Amino acid sequence: MLKLEKVSKSFHVGTPNEKCVINKLDLELKQGDFVTVIGGNGAGKSTLLNLIAGVYPIDCGIMTLDGQDISLSPEYQRAKFIGRVFQDPMMGTASDMQIIENLAMAARRGQKRSLHWGVTKKEKEEYYEIVKALGLGLEDRLTTKVGLLSGGQRQALTLLMATLNKPKLLLLDEHTAALDPATSTKVLTLTKQIVTEQHLTAMMVTHNMKDAIDIGNRLIMMYDGRIIYDVQGEEKKQLTVNDLLKKFEEAIGEEFVNDRMLLG
Amino acid sequence: MAILLSLQGAIGQGILWGIMALGIYLTFRILDIADLSVDGSFATGGAVCAVALVAGVHPLVAIILATLAGFLAGFITGFLHTKCQMPAILAGILTQLALYSINLRIMGKSNIPLLQSSTLFKDLANVIPLTSQWITICIGLVFSFIVVAGIYWFLGTEFGSCLRATGNNENMVRANGVNTDTMKLFGLMLSNGLVAMSGALVTQQQSVADVKMGTGAIVIGLASIVIGEVIFGKKAGFKLRLTSIVVGSIIYRMIVAIVLQMGLNTDDLKLLTALIVAIALTVPVIIDKKKRLTMYKKLTGKEFENHA
Repeated sequence: MLKLEKVSKSFHVGTPNEKCVINKLDLELKQGDFVTVIGGNGAGKSTLLNLIAGVYPIDCGIMTLDGQDISLSPEYQRAKFIGRVFQDPMMGTASDMQIIENLAMAARRGQKRSLHWGVTKKEKEEYYEIVKALGLGLEDRLTTKVGLLSGGQRQALTLLMATLNKPKLLLLDEHTAALDPATSTKVLTLTKQIVTEQHLTAMMVTHNMKDAIDIGNRLIMMYDGRIIYDVQGEEKKQLTVNDLLKKFEEAIGEEFVNDRMLLG
Repeated sequence: MAILLSLQGAIGQGILWGIMALGIYLTFRILDIADLSVDGSFATGGAVCAVALVAGVHPLVAIILATLAGFLAGFITGFLHTKCQMPAILAGILTQLALYSINLRIMGKSNIPLLQSSTLFKDLANVIPLTSQWITICIGLVFSFIVVAGIYWFLGTEFGSCLRATGNNENMVRANGVNTDTMKLFGLMLSNGLVAMSGALVTQQQSVADVKMGTGAIVIGLASIVIGEVIFGKKAGFKLRLTSIVVGSIIYRMIVAIVLQMGLNTDDLKLLTALIVAIALTVPVIIDKKKRLTMYKKLTGKEFENHA
């Protein structure tokens, strides 16, 4: 459903700092794929997600979503089909606005904004139930400004917002990296639950190799702007963290690889 | 007695200029943009209104035309800011500069007196036997009530919610499928429309339009906003916040009236305005610091007393 053909992106073109972050990358996602993306810092994981979301324009290549060419369409138009959760808990929500206002805005993702009320009465009841299901106790604080929530609560809310209006593709950019271990587990569990329940196609960048193996049906490893390892199904289930490290060594042809290179 | 009369005049002026402050609030606080084009668009509103009145247009229609001209001015700033990707400050300065010449073109000279033309204020004075100060207050209240109610309604709509969110977190707004450029463009248009409407009302009230009437308007608007915030607090409900801006504008005019009565030279007025804004922005910072220090002393003192 998502197809990338020979997509490239360089930053700081024409300066001594020019860096090719994504290098003629090919990738095809099938409907219902839940892909975890791993790789060291600077491998291009986040950039890849940002290119798919349209945050930066691509330098060359073709990107299609459900057969529709989105290579040149702006971020806000792609948002119609793509839900996103970011690494920074501050990025996915409007902090000066109420929880319910944030939800209502997300529920209208991809629709034309009219002069009807931003939050209708009917929605207020709906959101109460939906937020209650999160189990964070936020359902009684729907008119609280989002800025008063903790990072974990904000990430859970952003995740809910990204999937409230079912997206064709869900992009998770290290969305648990800024959270403490307990909260991180909670948000991750919620992620798995939502993706399974809604049969979403999703990509999740993570630095946790164990999570990368345990979650989803497919794993890709990136290095230097390319995909160096792509595994799915049964083969993926059998993987161990050591296997991944070995694969990484093989791929880059160095022996002194330690997990820090992949995790760091 | 003279001071009472000038205070009464100040209230009317404050309400009329308060509509401009409401327009500035949309960009300065809601969109988080300092839009300097308002100095120009305020005078544009006055200029368009004056030319229309001289041509015999109904005073209400003249105000609508002025508001439309304001939309256009805001569109230019918005276009420069979003499509040409200029910093908002620069886009505003360019529009402001350009509007000076455009306003002169509209009027054909640097000021138009409206002694012969009918205005809302004169028309009402013919119907209701009130002093001109009271008539200004009445008309001002009607207009500012409509504007406050309109802004309150608009910002509660789907479109308005996106406008508010754009000033808060553009990234989130785009991720939810809204073009933030459109939001900013529209916000700037609306803001300058209100500013021009205010300019038109002031022109009718003073029976004169002058190309320099908008000089310093942005600072006066900011003064009104921050005075309102200092008095009512930033956390007040939204209706109260909008009202506080008009009240802030009235208080600003009263301060000006009082210091003028006390013998301040009108040449020093701009300096005074700048000082008021600087003070109004500094006071909350100082109060906050003091509160924290008092709290620290109190709590720390308590802790160590208990342990001793």
